[in-house]
Amino acid sequence: MRREKLIAVALAALALTAVSGLAVITAFIFKEGFPLMVKVGFKEFIFSSEWYPREGHFGIFPMIVGSLAVTAGAMAIGVVFGVGVAVLLTQFCPPRLVAILKPAIELLAGIPSVVYGFMGVVVLVPFIREHLGGSGFSVLAASIVLGIMVLPTVISISVDALQAVPRPYYEGSIALGATEWQTTHMVMVRAARSGIIAAVILGMGRAIGETMAVIMVAGNTIALPTSPLSAVRTLTSNIALEMGYAAGDHRAALFATGVILFLVIMVLNTAALALSRRRAKGAR
Amino acid sequence: MRRIGPAHTQRLAVGFMWTLAALTIGVLLFIIAFILWKGLPHLSWGFLSESPRSMGREGGIFPMLVATLYVAGLGVLIAAPIGLGTAIYLTEYKREGRLTAVIRFGADCLAGIPSIIFGLFGFVFFVITLGMGLSVLSGALTLALMVLPTIIRTSEEAIRAVPRAYRDVSFGLGSTRWQMVTRVVLRTALPGITTGIVLAVGRSISETAAVMLTAGSALGLPRSLFDSCRTLSLHFYILSREGLSMTNAYATASILIIVILAINLLAYWLMRRFAARVR
Repeated sequence: MRREKLIAVALAALALTAVSGLAVITAFIFKEGFPLMVKVGFKEFIFSSEWYPREGHFGIFPMIVGSLAVTAGAMAIGVVFGVGVAVLLTQFCPPRLVAILKPAIELLAGIPSVVYGFMGVVVLVPFIREHLGGSGFSVLAASIVLGIMVLPTVISISVDALQAVPRPYYEGSIALGATEWQTTHMVMVRAARSGIIAAVILGMGRAIGETMAVIMVAGNTIALPTSPLSAVRTLTSNIALEMGYAAGDHRAALFATGVILFLVIMVLNTAALALSRRRAKGAR
Repeated sequence: MRRIGPAHTQRLAVGFMWTLAALTIGVLLFIIAFILWKGLPHLSWGFLSESPRSMGREGGIFPMLVATLYVAGLGVLIAAPIGLGTAIYLTEYKREGRLTAVIRFGADCLAGIPSIIFGLFGFVFFVITLGMGLSVLSGALTLALMVLPTIIRTSEEAIRAVPRAYRDVSFGLGSTRWQMVTRVVLRTALPGITTGIVLAVGRSISETAAVMLTAGSALGLPRSLFDSCRTLSLHFYILSREGLSMTNAYATASILIIVILAINLLAYWLMRRFAARVR
């Protein structure tokens, strides 16, 4: 019995690793980045467009706008394709095809982000350059690449949400004379709404947090974008591009960029968690 | 204006969704075919077994294969027991309550944190504060934290899928909880747990941003845990981004794609075996 107790304690210790890891990550990112934000001033840091690390100017406004722009573009693609494919898989697709499509979508999640970025560079960027003008390295290119990359997240979580809708909802609607499509968009999607929104929010988190693929296709210019063809730099690219040689306040400013990114992600995560929890309760 | 009938609307809507699905699968097939078509002709035994010369413009990728094996392998080796232990604790030892809610919250949040943040953290914590430097060990520890949520979730799902009756029978025969867990539950859930571990290996191999800041980008063969090294995906990134050699970039990418394909096939096969077992 003594041994059993020891095992229970050891397992509890292992189980606390994830949450203590999260705590240590939070503590260290803030410890490194927060003092600089105080020194520069929050308003200055967030709303100034002057990023001249050597002169001590740290304003990340263009990067914030850059991240928002590529994420918005990515979600436009990710929501239409992601929710569309999820609805198809759960409502209209024969099971034999589902058995092929689902692993294919999981494979899409497994492809390294550098490969997505590379495909963007060798296929998408030249295409945009030739047909739409500009250098091709742009908000548009980054949005398309990210839109594809968030699909597995959006699809798999939306599928879970749609499958959790009780079967009688579907049958009841069909029995009342609605077509399958009417049932799907008026009953099923509506019932799974909070789960689908959670899927979209998590997809958004993936898009904001993606680094390597965005560096490769977004152009990385520090300037406010004026059109979908403008080159932009995102928060994540800013960190990855300059971390290699940054020191002192400059490095602290990159950690401060990380703090902002971290806060955005935590807000999105918590919102998604709350939404899926509400769904779990509602389904019962 | 003529009203469009519901049957017609349905045909349009379903047709539209099939187009979306076809485009999605089309993109996947295009990426795989494109990389393999461009990369496979440049693959050779020499490419796999030689060291890179002149920054990777020539030569092979042997040190990167070894580095990837070390960093990703060690990372998953560290994360697997922790993740599995967490899953066992959550499913078999602890009733749902505040503590399990906290543990789940931690895992869920960790899963959403971008890899660049893990990279920043690994850099300041393992590389600088703990003095491990840019090294195999720093990279592996950072990756371990990154893949931990995946392993926890898949192990938990696999353990929960084991039928209740198995546990009752085991207790009925007089086994302790730990005996029940190790001899009955884990044995049944093993293929499901392995799926999660295999997917974690895939994710570790794919990862670039976090290893760049923690394992570094040294070209040489790592000889100890404290040597800096360059993983395959980072090497591919550097080759293509700095325009060093497109042929070598394509060849490296095709190796990455082949490995990822193999890992996903293995995970798929394991999952089917598991599904057949617990049905």
